[in-house]
Amino acid sequence: MENEEIKEYTVLIYTENEIGLLSQISNVFTRRSLSIWSMSAGATAHEGVHNITIVTEGTERKVRQAAEQIEKRVDVIKVFFYTDDKIVYRELALYKISTERFLGCNDIEGLLSRYGARIVEMNRKFTVIQKTGYTEETQALYDELEPFGILQFIRSGRIAVSRAVQEPVFKFLEKREKARKQLNK
Amino acid sequence: MEEKITGSDALWRSLIEEGVDTVFGYPGGQIMPVYDRHCDYADKIRHILVRHEQGAIHAAQGYARIKGRPGVVLVTSGPGATNVVTGVADAMTDSTPIVVISGQVPSGALGTDAFQEADVIGLTAPITKWNYQIRRPEEVGWAIARAFYIARTGRPGPVVLDFTKDAQVGLTDFRYEPCQFIRSYVPDPSPSEQMVEKAAHMLDEAERPFCVFGQGVTISGAEKELAEFLSKGDIPAGSTLLGLSALPSGFPLYRGMIGMHGNVAPNILTNECDVLIAVGMRFDDRVTGTVSTYARQAKVIHIDIDKSELGKIITPEVALRGDAREVLARLTRKMQPRKRSEWTRAHLRCESVEKEKVIDPEVHPGSGFLKMGEVVDRVAEATGGKAVIVTDVGQNQMMAARYSRFARSRSFLSSGGLGTMGFGLPAAIGAKVADPGREVCLFVGDGGIQMTLQEFGTIMQDGIGVKMILLNNNWLGNVRQWQELFFKERYSQTRMLNPDYGMIASAYGIPSRIVKDRSELDGALREMLSTDRPFLLDVHVEEEGMVMPMIPPGKGIHEIMLTENEWFS
Repeated sequence: MENEEIKEYTVLIYTENEIGLLSQISNVFTRRSLSIWSMSAGATAHEGVHNITIVTEGTERKVRQAAEQIEKRVDVIKVFFYTDDKIVYRELALYKISTERFLGCNDIEGLLSRYGARIVEMNRKFTVIQKTGYTEETQALYDELEPFGILQFIRSGRIAVSRAVQEPVFKFLEKREKARKQLNK
Repeated sequence: MEEKITGSDALWRSLIEEGVDTVFGYPGGQIMPVYDRHCDYADKIRHILVRHEQGAIHAAQGYARIKGRPGVVLVTSGPGATNVVTGVADAMTDSTPIVVISGQVPSGALGTDAFQEADVIGLTAPITKWNYQIRRPEEVGWAIARAFYIARTGRPGPVVLDFTKDAQVGLTDFRYEPCQFIRSYVPDPSPSEQMVEKAAHMLDEAERPFCVFGQGVTISGAEKELAEFLSKGDIPAGSTLLGLSALPSGFPLYRGMIGMHGNVAPNILTNECDVLIAVGMRFDDRVTGTVSTYARQAKVIHIDIDKSELGKIITPEVALRGDAREVLARLTRKMQPRKRSEWTRAHLRCESVEKEKVIDPEVHPGSGFLKMGEVVDRVAEATGGKAVIVTDVGQNQMMAARYSRFARSRSFLSSGGLGTMGFGLPAAIGAKVADPGREVCLFVGDGGIQMTLQEFGTIMQDGIGVKMILLNNNWLGNVRQWQELFFKERYSQTRMLNPDYGMIASAYGIPSRIVKDRSELDGALREMLSTDRPFLLDVHVEEEGMVMPMIPPGKGIHEIMLTENEWFS
C-alpha cells in the first residue's frame, strides 16, 4: 500500500523557455487541489533550459501524478520531486526598516551576525537587510526586527538543489542530443 | 532567392506537405485570408463546410480515427474557436490526433478585447497536447510541422494553432521541413529487456491470465500482435469501449466488452484471474467500478505509451512503457506457448446466464415493442459486421457497443472518455469522408441527434452517404434509466417531445423511413443499404428500454445487475 501521509514536497521542473508554460504548470496543481506554497523561476546554466521550483503539500501519489502530468507537457524537459531531506534549499528575505530607529538598536552587528544577515542598502530614510535561510529563520529575524517597525518585508520562493551529485536532467539532455545526431546521420 | 508567399499560402502548402487531403471548417472574419487562398489549393485539399464548428471537430475526429492520421479543422477566431472546445477536450481524452487552426485578431490587437477575440491559447492549454500562437508568417511551416508531429506520435492528441490575421497576410520565404525530433518530448519509449522478461515470466507462471485491451492497440496497429500474443499464451481477453473491433468479434479467445455495461464474463474474469495484462488502456472508472475491489487478487502488467497512465489508477507489478505493437511482439517472443483449457472455459457459465437473462430478451423479444439491442443486431446482420459503427452517447452507444459485430479493425467510433452527446452525427460524416468505400452506420438517440441536427446540411451539400439509425424512445434514455434505478423514478427533464424527423430529413433531401413494427425492420434496412445515398431510419423503440447488465456506480465489477431486480451470482 502506498504511503498516504501528507508531506511537503519540492518539485523541480526543467523546461524549454516557452511562453505560457507557467500557467499550464500551475493548472496541473489547481486541478488536483494541490496548493502551491511557493514558486520561483529562472534560467539555468544550460542554455535555453529554465527551472521552475514549486513547494507543495500532498500525498506522494498525488504529487507524483502532478509531476507526471507536468512532464507530459511537450515543452517540459524533466520533473523531479523531493521531500525536504533529499534537497538543500534556501529562500531569500528582504526587510526594510527605518534607519533612524534601526540605529537606535544597541547591538546591530550582533543581531545581524547571529542571523547571518547583511545590510544591502542604507540611506537616511530606510535600511534594507537581506537574509537567506529557511522560512523559520527568516521569520525569527522578522520577529526580532519588528520592534523597530518593519516598513516592508518580502520573502522569495524556495530554490533547491538535490542531494544527488549530478542533476539527472543534464544526463537526459545529453542522451537526447545523441538521439538527435543519430537521426541526422 | 525564392519568391515570397503569404502566411496563408504557407499554411496550405504546409498542409499539403503533411499529406492532408481534407479539412473540416467554417469561415469567418479573422480567417478570411486563409479561406481566400484555399481557392488556389482546392484541387489538392477538399474543404468540407459544416454547419457549426462543433460539427467540424467531431467530423475531423471521425476522419482521424478511421484514417489513423490527424484530422484537420479550420475555424475563425472567438466564437469559431470556442465552439470547437468540446471536441478538443473529447479528442484529448480519447487520444485522437487533431490539428485545429483558428483565426485570431491581428497581433497588435491581442489583449484589447477586440471584436471576436478570445484567449484561445489560455482556453485550450489544459485540453491540448500542445498549442501555439502563430504571430509571424515565418513561423507557419515550423508550427505546422511540429503540430502534426506532436498530434500523431506517442499518445496522439489534439493540437491548436492560433493564427493571427497579420501572420496570415504577411509575406515570408517558404521551405518545408517536417519535424522529426523535439528535445523535451520522447514519443517512442521502449521498455528494457529485463522488464519484458519479467512480464513474460509472470505470464508463464500464471494459471489464469486475463487480458484487457483498449484503443492503444488500434492506434499502434497492434491488432495482429495482440491476436498472436493471446493465441500463443491461450489468454482470454476483454475490450474497453474504445478497443472494440481491434479483435474480430468471432476471435476464439475474445470474451466481449468490459466495464459498466460490458459483458458479464470479462468483468467476472477480471476479478478471478491471477495475472491481469492491460494493453493500451487507462483503467477508466467506467471500466474499473470501485477501484478498491478491482482485480485485487491479480498481479498486474500494464502496457501503455503514456507514462502518466502507469500507476495512475492501478499500481502495476510490471509497467511496460512503450508502443503496444512493439511491446506485444517482444513479449510474445519471450513467452512460452501454453494451453489453459480449463481457464479458457471459465466464461461459459457467465455467458449462458447473460444470454438467457439479458441478450435473448433484448435481441429476440419476439413480441411487444422493438428493442434497441434488436435493432443493432439486425444492422449487424444486414451489414455482415463490415460497416463502421458510429455512436452518439447514451443508451444508443451502449447498445451499439454491446450488439454490433466486427469483422475488421477501426470499425467502431464513439466518444468514450468525455461522453459528448452530439458527437455521433458529425463523426459519422467524418468517417464516411475518410473511407467512402465503407458502409458507415450511425446509432443515435433522439436527444443527441438534435444537438447537431444542422449537419444534415453538410450531408446534403457534399452528398455524404451516412446511414443514420435513430433509436427513438422519446426520452433521454440513459438519464431516464438512472432516474428509474437511483432517483426514485423522479423523471426530471428527461421526457422529450420529438419533431417529425422524416420531414426534417426530407427538407434536406435525405430519404428516410419510420419503423414502428418489427415486421418492417429488415425491409427498411435493405432499403437503407441498397444505395450509396444518405438515409435516416427513424426506429420507434420501446420507451422504457434499459441497458443491462449494469454495474451500478459505487459497486465493484463483480456486482452486476442483470435486470432491475436480479443480480448475477
